[in-house]
Amino acid sequence: MAADKKIGAYICKGCGLGERLDCNQLEKIAKTEGKVALAKQHDFLCSQAGVEMIKADISEGVTHVMIGACSRRAKTEAFNFTGVAIARANLREGVIWVRPDTDDARETTQEMANDYIRMSCAEIKFMTQPETSGEQGLIKHILVVGGGITGMTSALEAAKAGYNVSIVEKQAQLGGAAGQLFKRIPVRAPYQHPADTGIAELATAIAASDKIKVYLNATVTRTSGAPGRFSADISQESGSTVTEQFGAIIQASGFKPYDMNQLTEFNPDNADVVDQLGLEALAKAANGAAIKRPSDGKAVQNVLFIQCAGQRSQKPGHLSYCSGHCCSTSIKQAMYFKQYNPDIQTTVLFTDLRTPGAGGENFYRSGQDQCVTFLKGIAESVTPGKTGPKVKFDNLLLNETVEQEFDLVVLATGMVPNSGPNPYLEQELALAKEKKETEKVVVLEQELVFEKSKASILNLDYRQGTDMPQLVHGFTDSHFICFPYETRRTGIYTAGPVRRPMDIGQAMDDATGAALKAIQAIENSALGRAAHPRSGDLSYPKFRKEGCTQCKRCTVECPFGAINEDEQRYPQFNEARCRRCGTCMGACPVRVISFDNYSVDSVGQAIKAVDIPDEFSEKPRILVLACENDAYPALDMAAMNRSEYSAFVRVIPVRCLGSVNTIWLTDALNSGYDGAVLLGCQKGDNYQCHFVKGSEMAHYRMSKIGDTLTQLNLETERVETHEVAITDIQRIPEIINNMAKTIEKIGMSPFKF
Amino acid sequence: MSSVNTAMVEKYRNNFLKEVSDNVEEGEWVRMCMQCGVCSGSCPLGPHWEHPPQELFMMIRANKREEVLSSTSMWMCTSCYNCMVRCPRELPITHIMHGLAHYAKRLGLAPKEQPTNKFSQMFWNNLVQTGRVNELKLGLALYFMNGFSEGIKMSMKMRPIGQGMFFTGRMAPMEILGGHGVKDQKGFHAMLKKAEELEAARVGAHV
Repeated sequence: MAADKKIGAYICKGCGLGERLDCNQLEKIAKTEGKVALAKQHDFLCSQAGVEMIKADISEGVTHVMIGACSRRAKTEAFNFTGVAIARANLREGVIWVRPDTDDARETTQEMANDYIRMSCAEIKFMTQPETSGEQGLIKHILVVGGGITGMTSALEAAKAGYNVSIVEKQAQLGGAAGQLFKRIPVRAPYQHPADTGIAELATAIAASDKIKVYLNATVTRTSGAPGRFSADISQESGSTVTEQFGAIIQASGFKPYDMNQLTEFNPDNADVVDQLGLEALAKAANGAAIKRPSDGKAVQNVLFIQCAGQRSQKPGHLSYCSGHCCSTSIKQAMYFKQYNPDIQTTVLFTDLRTPGAGGENFYRSGQDQCVTFLKGIAESVTPGKTGPKVKFDNLLLNETVEQEFDLVVLATGMVPNSGPNPYLEQELALAKEKKETEKVVVLEQELVFEKSKASILNLDYRQGTDMPQLVHGFTDSHFICFPYETRRTGIYTAGPVRRPMDIGQAMDDATGAALKAIQAIENSALGRAAHPRSGDLSYPKFRKEGCTQCKRCTVECPFGAINEDEQRYPQFNEARCRRCGTCMGACPVRVISFDNYSVDSVGQAIKAVDIPDEFSEKPRILVLACENDAYPALDMAAMNRSEYSAFVRVIPVRCLGSVNTIWLTDALNSGYDGAVLLGCQKGDNYQCHFVKGSEMAHYRMSKIGDTLTQLNLETERVETHEVAITDIQRIPEIINNMAKTIEKIGMSPFKF
Repeated sequence: MSSVNTAMVEKYRNNFLKEVSDNVEEGEWVRMCMQCGVCSGSCPLGPHWEHPPQELFMMIRANKREEVLSSTSMWMCTSCYNCMVRCPRELPITHIMHGLAHYAKRLGLAPKEQPTNKFSQMFWNNLVQTGRVNELKLGLALYFMNGFSEGIKMSMKMRPIGQGMFFTGRMAPMEILGGHGVKDQKGFHAMLKKAEELEAARVGAHV
């Protein structure tokens, strides 16, 4: 504790706090037990007069402000003081709103408030006002990997905003998959006819821009650094390599069409069976004239589109997901025929027609209006017929099997993301082996062979692998519910079909979003600020090198690959890559990692500051560690609804459940707490954890807490971990009350000293 | 089979959807059906139809020309308009059903024994004679629709009602002798002839 710390404690009497609580007692506790330099009460602390009072004290030397009023999520604008560390004791939502206003409850309610004042006073002693590291760079230059329509759009958008861009494209020309199309699905009203792809205009605009540099026949062979100071080697086919500095990266590596040769039931060797890109090539060759089939050059009179070929299927080797664009694409391709000659028979064989997007339904109607026939059915097989491919299909509505010959059959195969090797596959495999999940091990081993055959796209020199982490089916991971653009590598944004299946319109929107995120990353990192969800946070993990045992847990467990290792295997924290979740802090067995305003000490001391009544008082103490993103707001909302919960509970918000260090629980149990409840977000494939893996890590660590409890000779029921959502306003108080009941049943902890 | 029918088969070959689109009243809407099945689910007579509307539309797309046109299904429609009100694509389904029935009738493919078809013809034959519907004749024709003995049975059953109507002046028995008609019967028949010509031209226009 530095000598020049001067703590001011301020207790609000507004919102009923003055009537429900003995504020003089709170002030006395702050002074005597909290040992603050000065303690004051105010009738209405968030009013201008109250805020002015605090400001006046700050100008007279107060460096640390402890506010005993409402939740830290309320009145943030009023209690926003620069240059000082702030701690908030939650007396309103945390105490009086969750307790009944009765004479019986008065004593325990007051004890609750007293403890929160003690906790905040203890916490603030271990907090300092966060400052940036000074390592920041500002390079207004964005690297775009992939020169398809997504990459081109992001480059132009970023250039329009005044940032330099370098596009790296593997092929000899820009355009990607969209460049192979004859026309595209319309993106403007009235959404009736196929539109021009717009690739030529984009390419002209890129050529005309003095802010965009294009590297063709080139790949990225090394990427290092962090947002605001990336360095990348761009290697060209000619053999030359250029190294450039970038502030942020956009990966728009697009997709590959699913290999139709795997669909042997659809006779893929037949020249008159093509996939959607195959038909685009035929349409491009015809250029508005009659589309001729490949086998004999006959003008096509009767064409069948088979939707969901090898996708939305659980068969091995098929894609289980919907690629989203294929229904609209088939309608568009049917129109190629109809626009040449309305009498050409075009049939779309579908099971569920899906035309997403604002204009999707209009486009579908336009297809119907142009007499494209839509048949609900499933294709069984394609065989060579007399006049063309013979298709056997089930008409699902008429419940009959039909065999019919067509001139041409088009298979709507799905999108396979063009991502680099999954950086976590080996880790997952090791975990599956450890858990002895034999089936999963077999699947993962097969996947590993495939993943290893893939070329890396970014060649990151990160401790956690060369490429972007994936969620499922090879699509790159991003938080789908809350902030879909933010990936698991800060400053690197994926856009387009590498992120999820999408059509051109969606890919262009995605590209614009990624460009904005890249710009935001550049500007934020230049100021040392964190990206979402703790956007603007200046604190970052610091570690005491002398104490580090090089165990590597922090470097392995960081969900964002923010921590590298130096030559001596010490962790190297990259402030700009860090998202400030504290998962490293929770992982560290020797507790050398901390943030300026959030550390093992700041929370640990708050836990220890709680007054523990003796074993015979019938007043147990239950510690609740609640994730500040979902669980804590849900508790606040429960309080707004005046849901009551046990007065024996002491809630501490944590940045993420992943930042919970098991020492907190060990200390809590050792110092006499009777139980502990950890509230985090949903984990797994459908995770809602704002830090992706934090909740999962916490659950994993807590699964081993049983050993600690057994060692202490305590019942394992005393510690529970729950996945909750922000909407669990009724459930969370229930969880807490159930814990109180459990304690009542199994009895008080014997560790009361 | 009428000559129009043969001509239509020749003209549209395997594209019944287009034939319906071009020739059936409101038939162009059949293209817009998205096969959700709300019409079939909404129809109060749904369980009694051989092919409810959604299925009829699917059959049109599947080129089941004979089956659709000779079907009794669209003749079952009672014009309750439930389907039409509920159709998310706003198809005039009731009108399409009548359009299909009418088209089938015109081509000579409508099921002869279907009661609605039979009665409609009876009504028409009655009407065209004098330009006014002769209720007495039409009612009696209806009684005897299913044969002589059935007709007698029905007449006996309805006797009290007939007597009641007679005594209160609601039924004129002399109407059986021909009845009264519109003033200008010649003009009326000329009008019908012209209408028939126009319609033949309309349907024939696509042949």
